[in-house]
Amino acid sequence: MSTAVGTPSEPATGLPPAGADEAALRRFLEGLPAVDPVGLEQRAAGLATRSIKKDSKLAAIDLAIAMVDLTTLEGADSPGKIVNLCRKALTPDAGAPDTPRPAAVCVYPDRVAVAKETLGDSGVLVASVASAFPAGRSSLEVKIADTELAVAAGADEVDMVIDRGAFLAGRYGLVHDQIVAIKQAAGRARLKVILETGELATYDNVRRAAWLALLAGADFVKTSTGKVSPAATLPVTHVLLQAVRDWKLLTGEQRAVKPAGGIRTTKDAIRYLVAVHEVAGPEWLDPHWFRFGASSVLNDLIMQRQAQRAGHYWGADYVSLD
Amino acid sequence: MIDFSYAAAPESAAIGRVRDRYLPYIDGEFVEGKGADLETVNPGTGELLSVVSTVAEEDLDVAVRAARTAFDGPWSRLTGAQRGAYLFRIARGIAERSRELAVVECLDNGKPIKETRDFDVPTAAQHFFSHAGWADKLEHLGLGPSPRPLGVAGQVIPWNFPLLMAAWKIAPALAAGNTVVIKPAETTPLSILVLAEIIADADLPPGVVNIVPGAGDVGAALVDHPGLDKVAFTGSTAVGRQIQRRLAGTGRKFTLELGGKGANIVFADAAQDQAVEGVVNGIFFNQGQVCCAGSRLLVQEPVAEEFLARLKSRVETLRVGDPMDKNTDVGAINSAAQLDRITALLEAGDAEGAERWTSSCPLPDRGWYLAPTIFEQASPSMRVAREEIFGPVLSVMTFRTPEEALAKANNTPYGLSAGVWTEKGSRAMAMAAGLRAGVVWDNTFNRFDPTAAFGGYRESGFGREGGPAGMRAYLHDDDEPVLARPASTGRDGDR
Repeated sequence: MSTAVGTPSEPATGLPPAGADEAALRRFLEGLPAVDPVGLEQRAAGLATRSIKKDSKLAAIDLAIAMVDLTTLEGADSPGKIVNLCRKALTPDAGAPDTPRPAAVCVYPDRVAVAKETLGDSGVLVASVASAFPAGRSSLEVKIADTELAVAAGADEVDMVIDRGAFLAGRYGLVHDQIVAIKQAAGRARLKVILETGELATYDNVRRAAWLALLAGADFVKTSTGKVSPAATLPVTHVLLQAVRDWKLLTGEQRAVKPAGGIRTTKDAIRYLVAVHEVAGPEWLDPHWFRFGASSVLNDLIMQRQAQRAGHYWGADYVSLD
Repeated sequence: MIDFSYAAAPESAAIGRVRDRYLPYIDGEFVEGKGADLETVNPGTGELLSVVSTVAEEDLDVAVRAARTAFDGPWSRLTGAQRGAYLFRIARGIAERSRELAVVECLDNGKPIKETRDFDVPTAAQHFFSHAGWADKLEHLGLGPSPRPLGVAGQVIPWNFPLLMAAWKIAPALAAGNTVVIKPAETTPLSILVLAEIIADADLPPGVVNIVPGAGDVGAALVDHPGLDKVAFTGSTAVGRQIQRRLAGTGRKFTLELGGKGANIVFADAAQDQAVEGVVNGIFFNQGQVCCAGSRLLVQEPVAEEFLARLKSRVETLRVGDPMDKNTDVGAINSAAQLDRITALLEAGDAEGAERWTSSCPLPDRGWYLAPTIFEQASPSMRVAREEIFGPVLSVMTFRTPEEALAKANNTPYGLSAGVWTEKGSRAMAMAAGLRAGVVWDNTFNRFDPTAAFGGYRESGFGREGGPAGMRAYLHDDDEPVLARPASTGRDGDR
């Protein structure tokens, strides 16, 4: 990034121009500084030993709840299941009405309408996966139609997947143009670009994919679909946080990050918040700029919230399943 | 955006079970020393932590005699496997009392509990585990079929890693079949006296390990003691010089591990985020009080400005303060005297016109602390770029070509450590071949392993610790004539 990073006050230099050809994109992406996996994992493990207690823990739990994209992405999702999940988002803990609501409910496109109807103007957003989720293996026309379906049904946010086959084959231009096309189809909805880091094999690839998505206009860079293992990990999330931090240094624009999959406990969630705080910076500690793609973590956060207040645990059956 | 300043998360001092008074450990007993009592202070608060009875010269005579008796007697009659069993027992003892040791080390030294818990104590245990494995494999060291131990080793260790340095010294000496008399540093005597309890609990024969607390005069008397076969010293180059002068012509073997002014060399193609981490770890780990610290940053000019900006914003996130807080990254300087030495060099840097940058982190109002400091655009001629500061102070210089980087890195009387940061393997190897440093880290820094040799060149000393090389430092060369003393019975009885 020797040529790419400046301070916000300086004009951006070194980014490939809009409409750059594949060769220019490749030169830029492959010129990004490498990621050393040993050092990255050491740093991620080191930060994960932070001890967050007392008031800091309470604040972190509430923030983490407010950052959850409460997700159900099953073939078996019925309207009734979606209604239940939305009601859970509206009242996460009936016994503690001051519990924050999660940021959004995340569903398949054909379930957006029922989610929207249930959530109304509560402030809880509806996010929809689109673009032939989770594999992304379809024509651009189908992906655009999928996106338009979600947006027409009222989705506030669209979670698309990139074409990993094309990315791994080095067809950066194709991946870029598809993101641009979906962004256009998404209209006013914020676009989350899922890199599916579990299929990208190296941290260098994760960094390139993140920058490619940012260049193409992604509002969020998101790790995973949740359908591939490994899903989100702390080191991969560090790479995404570094990308949005560097993007802001370069352009002055803030973009968001969403790790998804594999975040199950309050302890996990707090480790991610520490990474957000110390890698990207405190200005990302906001549900607009950071999300958790998860389902089960919400109940663990609620249980921990109850425990912090009551001084003891109630048990899993004191929190509704959904 | 929320206020995410982490609430205090202090470890409990009670876990350390720090007593009011500690005694020397000689000939298998905790005994009153004949020296004056020494007060040891908690650098994190400046308050008295405990009192330690110190030894006088006559105690040293007793200790050395006990070590000799143990060497001639039970210890040298054991098989390698039996010696190994004792070392394994000590290693397990350290692991079992790891929380207590971590707290004691934190309170006595001032280093963060995060480091004592995750580095000092586990690495000390590893050192005993690894060397326990060597005890019955001496014939594989290339010294012949049955290498002989040297005899009684006198060892003097520093205050920067009190327990770990004790492990570095004691484990190979015992594995090779020697006995030891070891003196901890004046400001950090406690953790090794907890180790003495572990050693006693392991039923090690009396006199195999003797621990003699005291100040520099005790150290000088110990290394001068005529009853020793080997002297091992880790500490300052100034004291190392005196020791070398005094031991010249005595026929006594010695190894010195002294100071350093390590260069961390960052090429333009380095993995930048990790290089920043490595530079931070290189100089702010243990408050920079590390002989192999990467105290000089050499960064290639095309990326220098950007790298320095990233480095500074990363250093701003370091949490400096109460060593017992689990979230503290940089703890207290070990003593007021050390803080004064660092401060004097900082002033020298200012006077020489180096641009001083200091992290804006708040510092506690008691105890001895120094905010992480960077001298930007230091010149190779400045004292801050030449002298070992032994504190959280980094001097930054730039280079254009690999040759220039090598020339600058080697332009020091020291030769202990260096780091090379590049994605190009061939360049890393070529730099490693050209660097006059005992340890060269490639895309990492301050990584230690009991199986890897550690030691320096030139004014950083000589001799190696760790791995096969470290074992050989406690054994006779096969073709070496045995002078002075009749051949010891140190060989394994079953071979």
